[in-house]
Amino acid sequence: MKILVCVKQVPDTTEIKIDPVTNTLIRAGVPSIVNPFDACALEVAARVKDVTPDTEITVLSMGPMQAKEALTECLSVGADKAYLCSDRAFGGSDTLATSYILASAIAAIEEKEGKFDLILSGKQAIDGDTGQVGPEIAAHMGLAQVTYASEVSVHGEDVIVKRESDQGYDIISVRKPALVTVVKTAFDPRFPTLKSKMAARKVPIQVITADDIPNIDLSRCGLKGSPTKVKKTFTPVRNKTCVKIAGEEAAVSAAKLVGMLADAKVL
Amino acid sequence: MQFEEYRNLWVFVETEENTAKSVGYELLSPGRVLADKMGGKLVAVVIGGNVKDVAEKTIDYGADEVILVEGDEYFNYSTDAYSYAMKTLVEKYKPSTILIGATNNGRDLGPKMACDLNTGLTADCTMLDYDTETGNMIWTRPAFGGNLMAMILCPDNRPQLGTVRPGIFKKPEPVTGKIGTMIYEDIHIAPENIRTKLLDRIKEVAEAVNLEEAEIIVSGGRGVGSPEGFEIIRRLAEELNATVGASRAVVDAGWMPHAHQVGQTGKTVSPKLYIACGISGAIQHSAGITGSDCIVAINKDEEAPIFDVADYGIVGDLFTVIPELIKEIQKLNA
Repeated sequence: MKILVCVKQVPDTTEIKIDPVTNTLIRAGVPSIVNPFDACALEVAARVKDVTPDTEITVLSMGPMQAKEALTECLSVGADKAYLCSDRAFGGSDTLATSYILASAIAAIEEKEGKFDLILSGKQAIDGDTGQVGPEIAAHMGLAQVTYASEVSVHGEDVIVKRESDQGYDIISVRKPALVTVVKTAFDPRFPTLKSKMAARKVPIQVITADDIPNIDLSRCGLKGSPTKVKKTFTPVRNKTCVKIAGEEAAVSAAKLVGMLADAKVL
Repeated sequence: MQFEEYRNLWVFVETEENTAKSVGYELLSPGRVLADKMGGKLVAVVIGGNVKDVAEKTIDYGADEVILVEGDEYFNYSTDAYSYAMKTLVEKYKPSTILIGATNNGRDLGPKMACDLNTGLTADCTMLDYDTETGNMIWTRPAFGGNLMAMILCPDNRPQLGTVRPGIFKKPEPVTGKIGTMIYEDIHIAPENIRTKLLDRIKEVAEAVNLEEAEIIVSGGRGVGSPEGFEIIRRLAEELNATVGASRAVVDAGWMPHAHQVGQTGKTVSPKLYIACGISGAIQHSAGITGSDCIVAINKDEEAPIFDVADYGIVGDLFTVIPELIKEIQKLNA
């Protein structure tokens, strides 16, 4: 069984601060991490491998050379092989262009290594928060898709997915090959060991450039291949004047608050 | 691409088991404004098992026209059936813009449609506008966990697609007896072409959690301390007839089910009153509550960022403040 996990290296958005003077994001010093949802997707793959040991897990990312660090991290927690899609021609891609490039790269990898039975990714990346690249890869490749999976298991030719819904969850079956996107799972991704870290460093990361993908249509890549354009970005203004009750006994604070809410006709 | 051919604004009204998701109706509010701006019709697209009543309701909620697709294969959502129906409709009618509720199903359908139609999709929008000069939608959405807002255009492709967060817009006031056109489209897909099979549906949310439509929400964060600590949050919520919400930290820790999560990665809410108890107010959380009419924060830490988005705040221990609050509310209602 062959599983591909698509991962993205992202800034740790929980560490991002806003510059109070310029009101812009401070990106300097923000650590780069493997997108947490993608780490869950990799853990899902690793758990399939735990029960089906002849499973091979390949990880694929797109980004600058720096993203190799994220791939090496994946290699230390279950992945066997790693590819990085990196080319200037790919820069500035929106989700449609990114998914086209990744789908083309996957086809090139499959040409060499055989077809994947299952492609996994996180439900979304925590920087863009779009959740589109996974399903769009499926659409470009003509694969069935199941999104928002919290559990995935493989039974012969069927993949059984527990999918989050508004009221609870649905159990969905789909035939291999398919693409599944993964939410924050109930289980945490495994930690690397010293030994697995050392071993990961020895695995070469194979870089795929535009030249390595036969028949790629460059007019569908990068900025010019992107139907959506970012017009501008801004930091949301959230400065309200808060009427703060401080240094009072709980009973006094509560009475004051309820009084004010009643006056404002909120209560 | 001949843009003049692409007219009208569509709202995809999602149904499941013959019931419409609320966000479909909500989107008819901005849909009306945008359709008028573009000088086109507001068209609701209703797909489902047996959903004629939903289609009729969209007319009451302001649609000029509704396109109805019915069939057993649409009783529950599947990517294959729904995207096939939408592609067939779009190719026939050529809408300029399609709004889709950003539910799990909407966010599953949108990307598939974007690929099928080779066009741009903007995810999870919180503000919508239309530029009458260029004919472009201006989609505004949060990114970086709510730290940054981005305005996105899709200038060279049609239709322009966007998913919109539930809970951002209020449902229009229904007008009964309004006249609209209902168009039946007979679109079917062979069962073998639906590659996913729904084996089972588990409804595990014991209490109804409808944060998006709640008038009052009482939410707890890490400051609540433990799953048992939520008892006091529940008591206050009961007193106010409110729905219980939770921060991401609390859901991640397993103290509360995911269905209660408010914030960028949970639900966006717009109640009349939002009471945040023991929530520090990371941007990821506040991004989901700024649509509330009134925000009250109770927090020990005077410097907690939640006070930056709150209208009223009490600096204090929630375990001593909330019991007093309950007493005061009882007095008020007595």
